[in-house]
Amino acid sequence: MKVGSNLEKILTAGYFAATGELGPPKNADPEVIRRKAEILKGHVDAVNITDNQTAVVRMSSISVGIMLLNMGIEPTIQMTCRDRNRIAIQSDLLGAAAFGIKNLLCLSGDHQRFGNHPMAKNVFDLDSMGLLRMVRDMRDAKKFQCGEEIKGPAPCFFIGAAANPFADPFEFRPYRLAKKVAAGADFVQTQIVFNVPKFREYMQRVGDLGLLDKVYILAGVSPIRTAGAAKYMATQVPGMDVPEEYVRRMEDAVKGIPKEDKAARKAAWEEEGIRICVEIIQRVREIPGVAGVHIMAIEWEEAVPEIVKRAGLLPRPQV
Amino acid sequence: MIVAEQKSLDEIKTMLAPYQKVLIVGCGTCVTVCFAGGEKEVAILASALRMATGLEGNPKQIMEATVQRQCEYEYNEAIADKLKEVDVVLSLACGIGVQTMNEQFPEMLTLPGLNTTFLGQPTEQGVWVERCQACGNCVLATTGGICPIARCSKSLLNGPCGGSQGGKCEIDPDVPCAWQQIYDRMKALGRLEALLEVAEAKDWRTSRDGGPRKIVREDLRLEK
Repeated sequence: MKVGSNLEKILTAGYFAATGELGPPKNADPEVIRRKAEILKGHVDAVNITDNQTAVVRMSSISVGIMLLNMGIEPTIQMTCRDRNRIAIQSDLLGAAAFGIKNLLCLSGDHQRFGNHPMAKNVFDLDSMGLLRMVRDMRDAKKFQCGEEIKGPAPCFFIGAAANPFADPFEFRPYRLAKKVAAGADFVQTQIVFNVPKFREYMQRVGDLGLLDKVYILAGVSPIRTAGAAKYMATQVPGMDVPEEYVRRMEDAVKGIPKEDKAARKAAWEEEGIRICVEIIQRVREIPGVAGVHIMAIEWEEAVPEIVKRAGLLPRPQV
Repeated sequence: MIVAEQKSLDEIKTMLAPYQKVLIVGCGTCVTVCFAGGEKEVAILASALRMATGLEGNPKQIMEATVQRQCEYEYNEAIADKLKEVDVVLSLACGIGVQTMNEQFPEMLTLPGLNTTFLGQPTEQGVWVERCQACGNCVLATTGGICPIARCSKSLLNGPCGGSQGGKCEIDPDVPCAWQQIYDRMKALGRLEALLEVAEAKDWRTSRDGGPRKIVREDLRLEK
C-alpha cells in the first residue's frame, strides 16, 4: 500500500473497482457539484474530476475535489500538462495533498484547438510521461522535479494514467503503457471501450509484456445516450472505436416510436444505452487483468447508479 | 529556411497611413525563396500601393529596393542613401531583418510588411511546412530525424498520444501525426527499441524560455 486511498485499498484487496466521473460546471456554482456528487455517492469507489476537459474553462479539478472530500466522497483529481508548467503543477499538487486528496490522474491534455479558448498559448512543458515521473519522484524520492529535496511532508498520490488501446499505432499501445508504468503509473483508466475484441487483444499484449502485476487497469465505459451520439462517436471522434453493431442497436431502439414522442424516444435510447454499457462491463470483466471499470457518464450522472446496480457491482465494498 | 507571409494590403495601408514617402525594402535570402519578400514581391506590393493610394486620391511616393541579406549591417549599407529621401521604411524581410534595420538606422522607423511564420521547408510548389522550433537542444537523433517539438501539436516527447488515428493528428485531419511518422521511421530503421525508453522531461533553458538567446564564439571574434 503506497497511499492508502479508498481506490488503492479496493484494488489491492482484489475487489473489482468502479470509478465514476464528474465534470465541473462552467461557472462558480457549488450546488451543481453537490447534486452530481450525491448521485454518485456510494455507487463508485472514487470520482474523477476532469481538468478543463476538451480545453473548455471549468471550475478547477482540485477545488471540486476538496468539495467532494467534504461530502465524504473520494476524489481522483485530474491534472493535464496543457495549462500549467512544472512549477504550477507541483504547487497545485502540494496544495491538493495538503487538503487530503489522494488519487491523481496524469494526462497530457486535449489540445486547446477543441476548446472555448483556441487563441490561448499552450504549455506542454512536460508530457504525461514526464508528469508521471515527477509525481512519483515527489512521493517516493521526496524530490521536486528539479531534484531539490522536499523538506517536510511530500505529496503522496495513488498515481493514475490514461491509455487509449484504440488509437494508432495499435501495436505500439501496449509498449506506451509499459512506459507509463515505468514512469510511475499505479493504475490506468482507459479510453471508452466499445470494441471489446480489440480491447481483449490489447490486454493480451499488455499481459505478454508482464504489466498485469505492476498496474491496475480499469476499463473505461460510457452509456450512449442517443443514436446520434453513437454515430458521432463512431465517425467524428479521433481515437474512438464504436462498432457498427452499437450504432445500429441505438437506432433500432426507437423503431416504432413516433418522432413526435420525444419522451418515449429518450427513454428507449437511454434504456438501450445503459443496457449496452452493462453488457460491456460484464464482457470486460471476463478479460484477464481488468481490475475494474471507470464509468464516464458526464452530464448523465443519473445513469451511474443504474449501471452499477445492473452490472452487479453493488454494494461497493467497505475497505 | 525562415518562412514568412505578406501582411494584408489593408493592414499595410493602415500602418503606412501617416507617411507620404515610403521605401519598401525586400530581402534576397529566405523570404525571396518563399516568395514573400524578394525583389518581385517588392515590385508587386509597390504597384499595389501606388494604385490603391492613387484611387483614394492621396497617391504615396513608393520607392523600391532589395538587399541581399537584411539581417546583416554590411548589406543594408547599400541602401543608406535612399533612406534620406523617405518618411518610413516598409521591410519585406523577416522579423530579424526589420529589427536589424531599426537598430542600424535608428533615426528611421522600419515597419514590418511580413508576418514571420516559422522555420520550415517547401514540400511542394506553393506549400511550406514547419520543421524546427529552434529549441536549442536537438532531439532528432532519438526520433528518426523527425522533430516532435515542432511537428507534434503538443510537442510530446513520448508520443503518440491517444488522439492519433489513421496517421493524422486529432487537431486537424490535414495534420500528420508526427509520432506516427516517428514510429514508422524508427520501425523502418529497425530501431523501435529506442522508443521504449521514457524520454526525460525537456530542459527548456536552451529554448526561448531561458530568455533571449545569444551565441558567442570566442574563436571567431576579432581581437579588440
